[in-house]
Amino acid sequence: MSGLLFAEQCLNGLQFGLMLFLLAAGLTLVFGIMDLINLAHGSLYMLGAYLAATLTQATDSFLSGVALALCATALIGMLLELTVLRHLYRRDHLSQVLATFALILIANEATRAIWGVQPLSFNVPAALSGSVQLLPGLSYSAFRLAIIAVGLLVAALLYLLIGRTRIGMLVRAGASNRAMATAMGTNIQRLFTALFGVGAALCALAGAMLGPLLAVQVGMGENILILAFVVVVIGGIGSVRGAFVGALLVGVVDTFGRAFVPLTLRQFLPPALADAAGPSLAAISIYILMILVLLWKPQGLFPSRA
Amino acid sequence: MKKQLLWLALLGALTLPAQAADKIKIGFISTLSGPGGVLGAAIRDGFNLALEHTGGKVGGLPVELIVEDDQQKPDVAKQLADKMTKRDKVDFVTGVVFQNIMQAIEQPVFQAQTYLISTNTGPSDLAGERCNPLFFAAAWVSDSYSEATGKNMNDKGYKNVFVIAPNYPGGKDVVNGFKRFYKGGYAGEVYTKLGQLDYAVELSQLRAAKPDAVFFFLPGGMGVNFIKQYHQAGLNKEFPLFGTGWSFDQDTLAAVGEPTLGALNAAHWNLDIDNPQNKKFVADFEKKYNRLPNEFASQGYDALMLIDAAVRDVKGKVEDKEALRKALEAANFKSVRGPFKFNKNHFPIQNYYLRQVVKDDKGRFVNKTVATIFTDHPDAYVSACKM
Repeated sequence: MSGLLFAEQCLNGLQFGLMLFLLAAGLTLVFGIMDLINLAHGSLYMLGAYLAATLTQATDSFLSGVALALCATALIGMLLELTVLRHLYRRDHLSQVLATFALILIANEATRAIWGVQPLSFNVPAALSGSVQLLPGLSYSAFRLAIIAVGLLVAALLYLLIGRTRIGMLVRAGASNRAMATAMGTNIQRLFTALFGVGAALCALAGAMLGPLLAVQVGMGENILILAFVVVVIGGIGSVRGAFVGALLVGVVDTFGRAFVPLTLRQFLPPALADAAGPSLAAISIYILMILVLLWKPQGLFPSRA
Repeated sequence: MKKQLLWLALLGALTLPAQAADKIKIGFISTLSGPGGVLGAAIRDGFNLALEHTGGKVGGLPVELIVEDDQQKPDVAKQLADKMTKRDKVDFVTGVVFQNIMQAIEQPVFQAQTYLISTNTGPSDLAGERCNPLFFAAAWVSDSYSEATGKNMNDKGYKNVFVIAPNYPGGKDVVNGFKRFYKGGYAGEVYTKLGQLDYAVELSQLRAAKPDAVFFFLPGGMGVNFIKQYHQAGLNKEFPLFGTGWSFDQDTLAAVGEPTLGALNAAHWNLDIDNPQNKKFVADFEKKYNRLPNEFASQGYDALMLIDAAVRDVKGKVEDKEALRKALEAANFKSVRGPFKFNKNHFPIQNYYLRQVVKDDKGRFVNKTVATIFTDHPDAYVSACKM
């Protein structure tokens, strides 16, 4: 295992983690402040990817396509909140799960009806398609570096927004104690709608950034949704800081699990056993991480509830 | 007197010899929704085109085609198989895409003594110890494509191959087929999680391992992700990429585009196979469906043509199961893939070709046949079959 390969895997983990952060940030705020389990979060990610792919082709510019997709998904998210999700706040979590699961099915079928069953063609913009020489012997994909940059930028912006602005203060108050925040005069309804819009925009950004790397197809939201929930549980519900740390942890553990566990096992166990157990252990490494974190801190790493 | 005559007439009608059926019922159970739906749709489209070419008939008899979606769920498929064999009393069941679906419907279909014609999956156990006279694989056996790719990579003299496949029995099967014919060394053998999206980790390992070629088996969306990321990491310029025909079927090439260029893959059929029935199939498919066919569509097309030939050979008397079996075994039809005959285990003996992804003169990404890897190649399991 060379130092350069280790560095490259670290970058992979960072990139994966930052994308998960984009999804988890919106999810944790919605879960923490609005107490809404929103399974349709993955569908917003899928919608963002589809819109970005279509609009990039239409405008012939990656930046315009992504920007338009962000706005469109944010609007759709806010519309969804106003029409459907508003009625779910008062209901128990199971009803929310059922309702938002129905939204997933509707979103999948609608996407299939509009765009067809084939994955959409969405390739990396030409400007970012090369590699960047970071160190002698270590080249990394320019697009993946761009993903890391975007992820860190969004993390910084969210930190400023939540920690240093009035709106951020309202969000933190709502996460900490919703009833008291309402009693103190916050217009909770408008805050929720805006929050949902921001969450949807973050999903769309993740979808647009990952779209060129992954297959843009119906059902792409479900796999990544599970990972996002793992991040939210590890980080603590309602905490964006928790989502950030949790996402990086999940990204790094998953990456290192896949990179090093099979190799390490081969050192200690007979080859047949190592080859059978290695990939399986690597696949469940993040769930083992989640269990360990919950054993240590049952509310997650940075619980926001007072 | 009248009453007795009535009874006599009734008895007479009941004892009349079984007539040849006046129509043929075909049950088509396929995956038509979900991510796997693309494959079922292609098979169905090929099947329907063949039905058009035969004038809506098989063996001269009109066809009642019952198409149902198994949604890639084995329990749904089993219910459909029960319904089709018990209630609709179909003469043939066909259309299945996936191995786990096939495993679910085997039992009800075999119990009903109905012929099961696979348009896609060819499980190795049904080729070997569990071979069944009612089962006919009209496509291939599950590891034939990887056998062919392995043979080609072996013949090309590669010594240090990086292999990547998903960690599930199907993936392991395919790699075993590869290993049966590739005798060189390995730079790495990685099994990824089923449904994994991001291959950055594995691609980094691949680059560090410096293989002389890469073989991958990642069906469906996984393969699309891998191909895109492989291309995006610039690895397609460093190490030649080999796969199975499934990863580079025409629908995938149309969707993914540029990143597939130059990749090599093995399959039993290609657009440019030179025989009259294939030329007609490709031209009419493009005219009817506005896209080029892939091997899945060709499998659907051939399955109907097989049924058509068999029903014609038994002159419509499909109730005579013995005669129908012999007719199916004879496979008296001209396959779009070229030479085709069944082995004693009802799996095909056929050719396998090396294809490379190129851009045709219309700017579309297509496979070009560059070599024949195997001629009249049987599957590896026939000796275990006691039929």
